[in-house]
Amino acid sequence: MKNIDSYTHVRGESVYLDDIPLQAGTLFAALFDSPIAHGKIKSLNISEASMMPEVVKIFTTRDIPGENQIGGIIKDEELLADTQVHFCGMPVALVIANTDAAAKAAVKKIKMEVESLEIITDPRVAKEKGELIIPPRTFQLGDTVSAWKNCDYIFEGRTETNGQEHLYIETQGAYVLPQENGALKVFSSTQGPTAVQRTIAGVLGIAMNKVEVDTTRLGGGFGGKEDQATAWAVLCALAAHDLKRPVKYSLHRMEDMRMTGKRHPYSSDFKIGLNKDLKIIAYEATFYQNAGAAADLSPAVMERTLFHCTNTYFIPNVKATAYSCRTHLPPNTAFRGFGGPQGMFVIEAAIAKAAEHLKISATEIQQKNLLKSGDEFPYGQLAESEANECWNKAEADFQISKMQQDVADFNTSNTLFKKGIAVMPICFGISFTKTFMNQARSLVNVYTDGSVNISTAAVEMGQGVNTKMLQVAAKIFSISPGNIKVNSTNTYRIANTSPTAASAAADLNGKATALACEAILQRMKQVAAAELKTSVDDIKIKDGFVYSNESKTELSWEKLAMLTHVNKISLSELAHYTPPGIYFDATIEKGHPFSYHVYGTSVITVTVDCLRGTYEIDAVKVVHDFGQSMNKMVDIGQCEGGIVQGIGWMTMEELVYDKEGKLRSNALSTYKVPDVYAAPKEIMVEALETQKENAAIFQSKAVGEPPLMYGIGAYFAIRNAVLAFNPTAHLPFDAPMTPEKVLMGLHAQIE
Amino acid sequence: MQIETNLFLSLKIKLRTTALKFILNEQDVSPHPSAAETLLDYVRQVRQLKGTKIGCREGDCGACTILVGELIAGQLRYRSMTSCLMPLTNAHGKHIVTIEGVNFPDKLNVVQQAMAENGATQCGFCTPGFVMSLSGYCLNNPSASSDGVIAAIDGNICRCTGYKSIERAAIAIHKQLQISDDPIAFVADHEMMPAYFTNIKNRLENLFSEQQQEANTFEITSGSFVGGGTDLYVQRHGEMGHDNSFLFDKPELNFIRQEQNTCRMGPAVTISDLRESEIINKYIPHFHKFSKLVSSTPIRNMATVAGNFVNASPIGDFSIFFLALDASITLKQKSEERTLPLRDFYKGYKQLNKEPDEYISGISFKLPKENSFFNFEKVSKRTHLDIASVNSALYLELNNNVIEKAGIAAGGVGPIPLYLRKTSAFLEGKIINDTLIDEAIAVMKTEISPISDARGTKEYKTLLLCQLIKAHFINLNKR
Repeated sequence: MKNIDSYTHVRGESVYLDDIPLQAGTLFAALFDSPIAHGKIKSLNISEASMMPEVVKIFTTRDIPGENQIGGIIKDEELLADTQVHFCGMPVALVIANTDAAAKAAVKKIKMEVESLEIITDPRVAKEKGELIIPPRTFQLGDTVSAWKNCDYIFEGRTETNGQEHLYIETQGAYVLPQENGALKVFSSTQGPTAVQRTIAGVLGIAMNKVEVDTTRLGGGFGGKEDQATAWAVLCALAAHDLKRPVKYSLHRMEDMRMTGKRHPYSSDFKIGLNKDLKIIAYEATFYQNAGAAADLSPAVMERTLFHCTNTYFIPNVKATAYSCRTHLPPNTAFRGFGGPQGMFVIEAAIAKAAEHLKISATEIQQKNLLKSGDEFPYGQLAESEANECWNKAEADFQISKMQQDVADFNTSNTLFKKGIAVMPICFGISFTKTFMNQARSLVNVYTDGSVNISTAAVEMGQGVNTKMLQVAAKIFSISPGNIKVNSTNTYRIANTSPTAASAAADLNGKATALACEAILQRMKQVAAAELKTSVDDIKIKDGFVYSNESKTELSWEKLAMLTHVNKISLSELAHYTPPGIYFDATIEKGHPFSYHVYGTSVITVTVDCLRGTYEIDAVKVVHDFGQSMNKMVDIGQCEGGIVQGIGWMTMEELVYDKEGKLRSNALSTYKVPDVYAAPKEIMVEALETQKENAAIFQSKAVGEPPLMYGIGAYFAIRNAVLAFNPTAHLPFDAPMTPEKVLMGLHAQIE
Repeated sequence: MQIETNLFLSLKIKLRTTALKFILNEQDVSPHPSAAETLLDYVRQVRQLKGTKIGCREGDCGACTILVGELIAGQLRYRSMTSCLMPLTNAHGKHIVTIEGVNFPDKLNVVQQAMAENGATQCGFCTPGFVMSLSGYCLNNPSASSDGVIAAIDGNICRCTGYKSIERAAIAIHKQLQISDDPIAFVADHEMMPAYFTNIKNRLENLFSEQQQEANTFEITSGSFVGGGTDLYVQRHGEMGHDNSFLFDKPELNFIRQEQNTCRMGPAVTISDLRESEIINKYIPHFHKFSKLVSSTPIRNMATVAGNFVNASPIGDFSIFFLALDASITLKQKSEERTLPLRDFYKGYKQLNKEPDEYISGISFKLPKENSFFNFEKVSKRTHLDIASVNSALYLELNNNVIEKAGIAAGGVGPIPLYLRKTSAFLEGKIINDTLIDEAIAVMKTEISPISDARGTKEYKTLLLCQLIKAHFINLNKR
């Protein structure tokens, strides 16, 4: 089934935040944000800006009626800077004007004097100075200290992974309409409507029941609108509440890039020990997460790094420690994979280093250490593994060994071009690691004409979750998809929602929708049984008609809906779902935090132009653990999109902050994401179809985040190609692998 | 897209008419030039056509792509452009097509159908831009291979799909098209695009003859003025005002012609015009390959060569290209003209040998000789639609293995687009061999002064230029 939005998408008729028709009298917002990364505010002069034409009001901290606070996990982030600024791009003053241009013009007239304080951009420096967001955490399995002596080979090293700009094509924004009795209607391009609602209530000092947040869809999110969509909505709400006028703010791309956080850069140390059989005996890792200036979601991201520090391998002795380091960059935030990719990169680098020293292919180590069912993760959960199944199917379908031989042959006969190959197996846990967030509600209404409306907490951002919700109802009711509509996500219809994140939205909301549909269906069947004078067990609904004892009746779905209503039976249901059996005890760092894991194996081949230092991704071939996919087109799309986004992170996407904490890659002209020519020439996705019972909706495993991590293989494939040209190349494990790093690796020592 | 092109700072064509006239989708419109700064703002804010999306306002994402139809030599031709960088005034006399203009009332057009069926839309925000780029492909004749349909979307960024589904859709579209005398009639007759397109040629002809009668109301005055706007509207968005428009495709300023062994070009010639020129393709056989490395289709459709020169970016691709070819430019101020080598145009960082009221009125260069070799190299973080870390062009005239004449230029290694005078002089009269290349590289190193910035460290840029010089000679060897 096609994405249900595709018809309006391709006609340009889908409505995004910036397309909502404006009410007469709408005002426009623009921010004055700090040009300095760290300092004391000596003075803030808004008088000249206030006198600019069309300016209505300029808001500073003094105008906030409630608490000046937007921190989610930890209350450590001001909405508007009060006495200090903590990062370049930190909001300081909000200009409200009659036009967008007037608001932007007035921002330029605001003057701020700042007494500079020391600027930290390096997480290791922050850790040395004790600048930590939360105390460090350590996950442990076995005993690494005594295990080292059982190792025949031990390797140590350091890795860096840079951040990543989300680059949702629709920038952040919000539009807030004041309602009667001090209530607010908030249109927000957010993955977390409840976070927006709760934060507005706190900042304005009003009750949550007065804040209606409504989200139809996002023009891309990728985690960047999970927590960081909130500020813009709160700012508009602040002005709308005060001025009793509608207020809109749709960020310019450069405002968005400099004011919002990204994927966390990490600096990490590893130590890996293997025996002669290439079994990994012990592994230690220390992660320095660059959290930026406030907690945002960093503690949760850090936790997921620890959960995924051994990727898809069983290692009996593990010790992994993570520090969430406070620096003077914009607060970094969720991004597809949520710390998992950063953890996986380090273990893959450790394996690569071992393989290079042992002069073997990394695949030999990777394959020997894949998780088997029953193996224990460092956090205590036992694996129900598909790791070997995925790897073996990849070997069968793609002939990994032959591909490796082809690459070697090519490299023997070519000097100016070298190919590289890498295998990237993955394992990704599905569930919010904050266990209480694993809950969802769905409201299903059947109308008397048989048409159906579904409301859930899930936010549609291109991942097809609305399509899947619709499929759930269509399947359970056995009616035409054309009879079903999925509503916008709205905090008045569905309350206290978890954000659409952690790949879990389809599972949680889908299960809740299934429960709601089943409850309604059961009641309708009872009505049908009474009408047809038979037992409810003999009633079935199929393709829009009631069947009694397997034979089709005259009673259509539509007639039955009306009949149910006439019998004073409810055609509506609000169902609640929470997955069973998940828990985590942070005092011992053990538990069963994930409903299940998603596995997969990818094989990546690249060609490096050894003259120019440029490269092309030839192919990415994947066996992915879909469970039973409920929508192949949507799920393949998630795989392909995730792979290319992951490759972007590992290759050309280079965030550049200077020592002053200023973002230098602050526009699309200086921050490059893959274009059509940069995408792999071939992406092949084969399904590992499994029928095992799991907590996924219709056994269809979550697919949003895991494929991104296949892209990590691009880094190692390019590295292998460079080493084929120059075996002594100095190549620190420092991602992304830009053409600059490639060329320096190829030639720097020769020059 | 900051391709460092198109900042004309010298000529102004004053538009005296109170209103512009053009066709917007099916409708004749005549907005005042001050209705909006850019076409994007006009369609979204004035006309409330919200299908055209705002992604970056610098021509780098393609979400705002529209089609511009114009009569060229009596033929109606559509080109994709990014409406965020297109001055509203440049729509005068044209057919402007937004996504609303390719919609059927109750079904999908050929592009939309293929996109939907192939799952080529996820969040949907970039989708209208892709639909427009591909619709433009349908309205012109398809290329022989499917490379052309992929090239049509080289200016569109999608963050969701990873492009493979869009490629599948593009190829499905390509397969349904046929070479035709009248590609517009073909797609209209086959109900691939709305029928009204078949009347546009007539309507534009009528509009054109109306505007011909008003032609004498345009005059060139002094003051600042705009070419394609592809850099100016990035750098000075919101400050451009409305009355400093230059119709960058004004016919009398847009020509490429051969006079004996010299090629002469008008200042309004765009990169796409060069790509389509028989003269250019004959004398610079790999021009398509070289220019594919320069920005994207919609930007090349707007960006002018002269703008690239005047912009004076040290990394301007066509400055480097024409420095190697020893082009000359003619500067005009009122009725006075002077001609100087491009090599003498650059005095320092963004400083030109040009008076404020002077504008480039012509560009000329000697067409490469039979025994010559020309090569252009560019490396950037992303191979396409990116600004170079370093670029370089080499022109050689050869007598067997002896270099009789040499011109080599490099960008990104100094404050100006650098003509490597010493290296060029060193090469002349020498026999080509490996030692010579190493010696030339040594000379090159004495005349460059790269700095470390977002496009690379100075060490990288130095190494990269060494490699690109080797690449020039490797390509010469391959010939």
